[in-house]
Amino acid sequence: MMAEYSALSLLANALKGNKDWKPAWRKPDPKASYDVIIIGGGGHGLSTAYYLAKEHGITNVAVLEKGWLGSGNVGRNTTAVRSNYLLPANTRFYEHSMKLWENLSHDLNYNVMFSQRGCLNLAHTPAQFDDYARRGNAMRHLGVDAELMTTAQIKRLIPALDVSDSARFPVVGGLMQRRAGTARHDAVAWGYARGADRRGVDIIENCEVTGFLRDGDRITGVTTSRGDIRAKKVAVSVAGSTGRVMRLAGIETMPIESHVLQAFVTESLKPFIDTVVTFGMGHFYLSQSDKGGLVYGGDIDGYNSYAQRGNLPVVDEVMSEMLALFPGLARVRMLRSWGGVCDMSMDGSPIITTGPLPGMYLNCGWCYGGFKATPASGWCFAWTIAKDEPHDLNASFTLDRFHRGLVIDDKGQGATPRLH
Amino acid sequence: MSPRRTDTGGRIDRLKTIRFTFDGTAYTGHAGDTLASALLAKGVILLGRSFKYHRPRGLLTAGVEEPNALVTVLKGEVREPNIPATMVEIHDGLVAVSQNRFPSLAFDINAVNQLGGKLLSAGFYYKTFMGPVVGPLKGTRFWMFCEHFIRRAAGLGSAGSAKDTARYERMNAFCDVLVVGSGPAGLMAAKAASDQGARVILADLEPRLGGSANWTGETIDGAPAADWARRTVAQLEGRDNVRLLPRTTVWGYYDGNTLAALERVSDHKDQPGKGEPRHRHWAIRAKSVVLATGAFERPLVFPGNDRPGVMLAHAAERFANEFGVLPGQRIALFTNNDSAYRAAVALKKAGAAIAAIVDVRPEPSADMRELATEAGAELLAAHAVIATEGGRALSGLKLQRFDMSNGALNGEARSMHADCLLMSGGWSPTIHLASQAGARAEWDAARQAFLPPKPAQDGPVQRWIGAGAFTGSFSTAAAMAEGRAAGISAAGATNTPAALPVVDAVPGDPDPAPVFEIRASGKSFVDFQHDVTAEDVRLAHREGFVSVEHLKRYTTLGMATDQGKSSNIPGLAIMAEALGKPIPEVGTTRFRPPFAPVSIGSLAAERFGDLRPERLTPMHDWHLANGATMYSAGLWYRPMIYALAGETVEQAYVREARATRESAGIVDVSTLGKIAVQGPDAAEFLDRVYTNMFSTLAVGKARYGLMLREDGLAFDDGTTWRLGEQDFLMTTTTANAGKVMQHLEYFLDVIWPDLKVHVTSVTDEWAGAAIGGPKARQILATCVTGTAVGNATLPFMGIVRGRIADVPVMICRLSFSGEMAFEVYCGAGHSTHVWEALLDAGKPFGLVTYGLEALGTMRIEKGHVTGAEIDGRTTARDLHLDWMLSKKKPFIGSAMMDREGLIASERLELVGLIALDNRPLNGGAHIVEEVDEANPHDSIGHITACCYSPALGKYIALALVKGGKARRGTRAHVSDPLRGRFGPVEIVSNHFYDPDGNRMHG
Amino acid sequence: MLITCPYCGPRDVIEFTYQGDGNRARPEPASQNFEAWNAYVYDRLNPAGDHNEIWQHSGGCRAHLRVVRNTLTHEISSVTFVRGHHGSASRPEAEDRS
Repeated sequence: MMAEYSALSLLANALKGNKDWKPAWRKPDPKASYDVIIIGGGGHGLSTAYYLAKEHGITNVAVLEKGWLGSGNVGRNTTAVRSNYLLPANTRFYEHSMKLWENLSHDLNYNVMFSQRGCLNLAHTPAQFDDYARRGNAMRHLGVDAELMTTAQIKRLIPALDVSDSARFPVVGGLMQRRAGTARHDAVAWGYARGADRRGVDIIENCEVTGFLRDGDRITGVTTSRGDIRAKKVAVSVAGSTGRVMRLAGIETMPIESHVLQAFVTESLKPFIDTVVTFGMGHFYLSQSDKGGLVYGGDIDGYNSYAQRGNLPVVDEVMSEMLALFPGLARVRMLRSWGGVCDMSMDGSPIITTGPLPGMYLNCGWCYGGFKATPASGWCFAWTIAKDEPHDLNASFTLDRFHRGLVIDDKGQGATPRLH
Repeated sequence: MSPRRTDTGGRIDRLKTIRFTFDGTAYTGHAGDTLASALLAKGVILLGRSFKYHRPRGLLTAGVEEPNALVTVLKGEVREPNIPATMVEIHDGLVAVSQNRFPSLAFDINAVNQLGGKLLSAGFYYKTFMGPVVGPLKGTRFWMFCEHFIRRAAGLGSAGSAKDTARYERMNAFCDVLVVGSGPAGLMAAKAASDQGARVILADLEPRLGGSANWTGETIDGAPAADWARRTVAQLEGRDNVRLLPRTTVWGYYDGNTLAALERVSDHKDQPGKGEPRHRHWAIRAKSVVLATGAFERPLVFPGNDRPGVMLAHAAERFANEFGVLPGQRIALFTNNDSAYRAAVALKKAGAAIAAIVDVRPEPSADMRELATEAGAELLAAHAVIATEGGRALSGLKLQRFDMSNGALNGEARSMHADCLLMSGGWSPTIHLASQAGARAEWDAARQAFLPPKPAQDGPVQRWIGAGAFTGSFSTAAAMAEGRAAGISAAGATNTPAALPVVDAVPGDPDPAPVFEIRASGKSFVDFQHDVTAEDVRLAHREGFVSVEHLKRYTTLGMATDQGKSSNIPGLAIMAEALGKPIPEVGTTRFRPPFAPVSIGSLAAERFGDLRPERLTPMHDWHLANGATMYSAGLWYRPMIYALAGETVEQAYVREARATRESAGIVDVSTLGKIAVQGPDAAEFLDRVYTNMFSTLAVGKARYGLMLREDGLAFDDGTTWRLGEQDFLMTTTTANAGKVMQHLEYFLDVIWPDLKVHVTSVTDEWAGAAIGGPKARQILATCVTGTAVGNATLPFMGIVRGRIADVPVMICRLSFSGEMAFEVYCGAGHSTHVWEALLDAGKPFGLVTYGLEALGTMRIEKGHVTGAEIDGRTTARDLHLDWMLSKKKPFIGSAMMDREGLIASERLELVGLIALDNRPLNGGAHIVEEVDEANPHDSIGHITACCYSPALGKYIALALVKGGKARRGTRAHVSDPLRGRFGPVEIVSNHFYDPDGNRMHG
Repeated sequence: MLITCPYCGPRDVIEFTYQGDGNRARPEPASQNFEAWNAYVYDRLNPAGDHNEIWQHSGGCRAHLRVVRNTLTHEISSVTFVRGHHGSASRPEAEDRS
């Protein structure tokens, strides 16, 4: 049987004037009850639904999305995928994600355009180079690819990069993960949505959760803008809005602050750079999309916000760092900017756990690393929901780790979310 | 037949000839021409290729919204890609080239993509390229192979790597009223607000202020509108409280009424004026804003609507009236509204023949019939254009009867000859800035457009007032009335009735017929640049991508460089029809900054080429003059080594360290953070801030202190000197100076406001030199006056004041190197003088200068910690500093430092390593129990710092190792697969050298 | 975003450093109430709406300010000195400062 999407099906459909394509996912009305409700139709919620169905055979599942599917951070990020972390708990988790990415288009029968074009962290002092070596070696000791690059190798790879000694922060080398890369962000949401839908999951858009149904302490369902829906298990996967949704369940405080992160894209250019590259003396990362736009970003604005809009100082700072690396881009123009709201956790690492209330499961705290985590996050969360206990890979991503002093602090900044 | 320059008219300077080139061909134009108008005047119609199908394209518009005619402007090696030809003012020497074509604009190989047709529909890429499941192209490889070619075909212009030599600058401005847009509404607003005494900034993205007054051909107060605009501008120019900013695009509406604008200062000149930047980035804080940004005309969607020669009606009117260029000689118009009739009359007056006006409406008004007659045009009511003819230039069109109530075409198709087809699909107010400011647009069924909310946004966050076409008031008279009212209100005054200028305009109903698309066979373009067709929109609908954001993302509608300025509404309308819903239920996307693309150079402004300040110690020049190799550390530059001729880095630092331990060495430590902590409660404050006691410290003594963060992890260390009962001088690490300062200020201001303490950063006031080694005291004895430096006067951790070479100094006997050592502080301005005096005094004793490498070497030998070990993840215990944790008092972090995770046995602890293979170690290498070079695994820690130790004659390192303390005396291996360095090491105490401190205690 | 420093006047956000949630209550230094300590260090209200927060005017007078700011609109409704005795301080006239 021909796969629903393939070169052949494209041709066959084209001959019929493209009249026979089916919706990528149905638009069902919510049922009165489900085995599992997932709040949040973003990348993580959708991948959770997909893996619940695929890996655990749990298909009586609803994904509830307040707006349009993928309207959160899955459609607002800079699309980088990497597993170049320092601390083992993070490296293992993100490497699992990387392995899922490597087969994702096939798995979903949907081209998510994952392209392993590499991610290069530039080092600007010998001390920083050693720091990167520590991280790269940490990766290598967990079976993850990493290599150091010299300035000369970097110049060959990225001719437009200023590697001269006259640069304010000359490049002394870099840490490269070749298997890292980029993916088409929206396609990830759509691919998971279609995959979950075809396995029976109900994806319900324009359905805002307004409260939780409870039996004593236990969560038994949700109230929504489209009526009450009951479920044996309610999973929360709303990074960016975690504070708001948890408050509906009576949980007033969380080890999370919501911050706005801006991202930018230039006008389309002919091929300029192949890899993802990051600046070591500031906060800047850049890659080029298949359409030709340079996609880039910097630091969060640095104050609590749910507004999906940033301010000018960060815009100016990001562009300044961009030109420090690529002085040839001064006349290229920024086409669009946007803001996403990030769950900044107290140690920069995520939370995937059972609880904190009976009948509830929680996935949050992605800071600005959530996109690349999408497959593993859903995979681990589905496991946790299905088996009522975490998988080894997310066993340390608990909610109580902060109080217990078991933080996973890749940047070593402590409980100051804006610094992670 | 082709476009041509008219004999008279336009606001160009016909006496001034300008020479420029396009795609290597030399052309001439006139001052005041854009590249678009100048090329059009020469009959050049083909100006670009579309993104996906590489279809030939000409001008669609005359302004900033141009999607087709994008060029690259060359300044030597420096490239400026993707600039609409409509926004390039020609000047002598301008070099522009077309883009996205190979080998030439006229013949583009990639136009073969058009044959892909239906195959290359929306969503094409998502449905294929998944590749085989097995074999060499499995996984991501097949996609990456195809992607390589896809990327080459994609993209518009090319960016260069040559550094732009132009200068960019930033301007911060404040005003009472910012008026955006200088059409009749904006001019009236600026005039009215400035009449009230308000400080006004008036910005317009065009070089000529006046907006539509420059090209509508209307009269105001009996004179041509363009003259009225010119007079009004001249009047405003003379006012002290008005600043005019032509060529300035207000592109961002940020919080607190901060607006960002880009002024193109010198792009239009052969050479920038003296001191002139290329672009100026304005951050304007306005008390209130008048948005008079006008409206964009919409194309109609019908087969062949993208052929060069098809353009928006008002654009042709603009070319004729403002630039004196006729876009064709035999022109047809296709419209759903009255505004095109005015264009027809204008073009007739300018000398063109008007073949026909094709109106979808069954009964154009009597006024319109009269205008059609005046234009000499056949009026074809209830008709529609169903096709265009010609190759790379329009030669004719096909028409058919059209029933707008059901969209049906009927009757015989009729051909018509024309070299230019003008279309008008109604107007969309330019609401981008209001949308950025958070306004929700409302659909107006009569105008068939999203209008900004009425009457005004008056919240405390964003404060703007709309006027003119921006609000949907398309007539000039209404725009002027609204503009004046807005100006007065924005200035905080109340309206005073006075006569408005009298406008004489052609009549016209502002409401179009609700017709957006003519459905007939052939490709009908919605988004011209991205080649999104009406069929693509319907395919998106079939596949469920129906919300406006899904439509946009799935088809790329509105994502091109014009950001959908002309295409958004037609796209939405086609989706609404497919859904059977009214347009507002499909929604509109929220506009985000920038309104139009902004040069990255302008945003970096002065930081382009100068990203961060350079921090230099006061002895910096001396170091440079004396052979130091400098090392960049954060913002600082510090000497790394002072190499002798022919020395390697290792040879130099080994020599420096050895000389220091054998006789004496001196190092610049001015970069250490220094904070004066003063006040009656200063000692109490330090007790709370440091883990150890400071209230017990005697005046004239110093103590090494450790700070924790609130979460109980190590934060920073340094010595603090008690200069008086209430006067302390704290030193911090170089890297954390700013953080510690903020930490102290936070606690004093927020947590303990009752403490009477003041902290002052004095890092830059004091310069410091550390002089250490067996001869250090003798050297000081020969040059310090006013105090003795012997053990009795200056014991370990003692402080004295004296003079060196007549300069007052403070000397503290403390040691980082492990030798008998002293830190000498003096006022920064005298530091080189003191430094040189110390060197002179030391010469007989073999004193050497040493840099960071030798400093690091000696600290590793001593096992002292720095930022590599206090990395934000380690505790005092991990670093064997638990002896500093006072049990007598609480301190910051004391309550949290004993949590289970922070006292676990498997934590990384500080140890020393000795290379047993006598080969250099690498920073960042990991430690393992068993080496596995092929598959490294089970890391138990990593090296934080390493060196060759001249004192031990071995390669040594500091490392953080799991349960490290218990491993002392055992063997392990370094595992550094990144650099292929593996080998045995012995784990030892971090105190390699003189662990009892005999040398420094003397 | 503009923050009106009670001492310096309205200034761009770039001059300020965000110091986070102003609702957090630090236990007494000698307190052994670990729950309170944990809540102080790690738990945040993070409201979608008015937020009581601390900013330092680090590029100006360096005072810490208590700011009430809406996290949905970024609208600032109040700015006061955190430290009580600054409360009555007002900006000296220019001529007094010369």
